[in-house]
Amino acid sequence: MNKNIDIIDSPVLKIDKLHIAYNKTDKYAVKDVNVTVKKNAITAIMGPSGCGKSTLLRAINRMHELYPAIQTEGGIYLNEENIMKMSPIHLRRKIGMVFQRPNPFPTMSIYDNVIAGYKLNGIRIKKSEKDKIVEEALRSVALWDEVKDSLHKKGTFLSGGQQQRLCIARAIAFKPDVILLDEPTSALDPIATSKVEDLLVKLKKDYTIVMVTHNMAQAARISEYSMFMYLGDLVEYGKTKMMFTNPRDKRTEEYLTGKFG
Amino acid sequence: MGVKQNTIELKDNSAYRRLKDKLFLWAVIVVSLITISPIVLIIGKLAWKGFRQINFSFFTEVTPSTYDAMIAVSNNEVIPGGIVNGITGTLLIVGVASLMAIPIGILIGLFLFENGQKPYANLIRNLSDILQGVPSIVLGLIAYLWVVKGITHGYSAFAGSVALTIMMLPLIIRATEETMKMIPGSLKEAGMALGVPYYKVILRVLIPSGFSGLMTGILLSISRILGETAPLLLTALGNPMINWDATAPTSAVPLLIWDFYNDPNMVDLIWSSSLFLMGFVLTLNIISKRIIAKR
Ligand SMILES: Nc1ncnc2c1ncn2[C@@H]1O[C@H](COP(=O)(O)OP(=O)(O)OP(=O)(O)O)[C@@H](O)[C@H]1O
Ligand SMILES: [Mg+2]
Repeated sequence: MNKNIDIIDSPVLKIDKLHIAYNKTDKYAVKDVNVTVKKNAITAIMGPSGCGKSTLLRAINRMHELYPAIQTEGGIYLNEENIMKMSPIHLRRKIGMVFQRPNPFPTMSIYDNVIAGYKLNGIRIKKSEKDKIVEEALRSVALWDEVKDSLHKKGTFLSGGQQQRLCIARAIAFKPDVILLDEPTSALDPIATSKVEDLLVKLKKDYTIVMVTHNMAQAARISEYSMFMYLGDLVEYGKTKMMFTNPRDKRTEEYLTGKFG
Repeated sequence: MGVKQNTIELKDNSAYRRLKDKLFLWAVIVVSLITISPIVLIIGKLAWKGFRQINFSFFTEVTPSTYDAMIAVSNNEVIPGGIVNGITGTLLIVGVASLMAIPIGILIGLFLFENGQKPYANLIRNLSDILQGVPSIVLGLIAYLWVVKGITHGYSAFAGSVALTIMMLPLIIRATEETMKMIPGSLKEAGMALGVPYYKVILRVLIPSGFSGLMTGILLSISRILGETAPLLLTALGNPMINWDATAPTSAVPLLIWDFYNDPNMVDLIWSSSLFLMGFVLTLNIISKRIIAKR
């Protein structure tokens, strides 16, 4: 692997010999992954169902720690700092996450959902500043115009697509360095999907984005770098254009041409 | 010809089916009548016998003396006085019991939810189930030994509260664990992904999300203990006056009912007190049903 990667200077994220198993007795769900992730770019993770995409993504903000049976080996570095040595709380504030299914907090209003990172962490900020953060975050997910008159209604009253954009707003309101997204558009219709895609392209000016997607066209449209995984292996990693026009590995080619997956 | 036969057959069939439907309908009506008749009879009896006594002083005055009651009964008048010492006592005993049982029960419930199938979690779960089956009089004896003898050195509201707390705990533990299981794990992950410490995720995301479930469990556990008499006889004892001191003997509505039962002059007060207690429990039940429906 790492065959057609060109050297990425001063990467935001570096993943080193990462192995993950869901149980001591299970085989690895992610095997020997070594990658560096470029700053202010979109990196896509592709591969057939069950190949370990979510498992890899969730390792990056140490979500696996919620489940003690999961075994992780190897290292992950955020700006050269070993994330295993950081406090998980500090780490998760720097690496935001958007889940496959929208999961706004059902007891909170739209406004409180966006500001939840501050509110739940007990970070006190002025009302005017809060208003500004909420508006900015909702504008950047193109949700402001739709909800500005119902900011104090429950977030769960929104449509699925709006809820997902709300969850992205919640992640970016906290100004992380990296945003992880797990198939953020798989529950959305084409219109909402294209809104989210436009948004991600806009966001990469300020954030580094790592995104799992099942949708090859989507990866081709918006990502600069792509990983292709198969049965837990990182088969190929490189510039998306290169991978789509000239895959190095036979399995990548077969997947991209729809022979399996 | 074939068609004709078919229609005839259909007609027969539908007559048979209509008969079956009718039989079934009647069966349902009879069975539901059997089910609701006790409750209707009970409430009817209580209301009929008790309403005469329910007046302003019923809620504002303490229990009358036997002599006053006897005079009133012999003059065919309404018995003077009320049950306010019982009402305040019930509020005190149940209030203190709730203050202890709600936080402890929720904490244990959360612990069981977090530790799922681990052996010690299973042990606690089983113990809690066993606790639920312990007769309340036994809990009264335990509270008598521990609290009346050991702590307050005398009958006290607090001793009654301890007995009732032990009765409430299994219900609250169970309700908390079941409620937490209903909350999707994605909410916990959403909170954790924002860098929120786990205890804050529990307090500010999971508990508010499961609020109605917790509330229902709490209300049901309270309505379950409101009528308990046996453990209070051994612990709170009773008190003819209003008492707000948890270390002193205290009355309660079910204790008063027991007293009235033992005093031939106060029989009328049994019905009004029972009606009051029943109404209180019913109200709590209706509130918790409302909360469930709103979920
Ligand atoms: N909670 C779990 N417990 C045990 N094994 C799991 C668990 N979650 C995933 N796995 C296994 O780990 C492997 C990788 O799963 P993962 O969820 O990372 O796949 P994925 O690439 O994200 O798939 P999809 O595209 O369907 O979301 C699979 O073989 C799966 O069976
Ligand atoms: Mg997945």
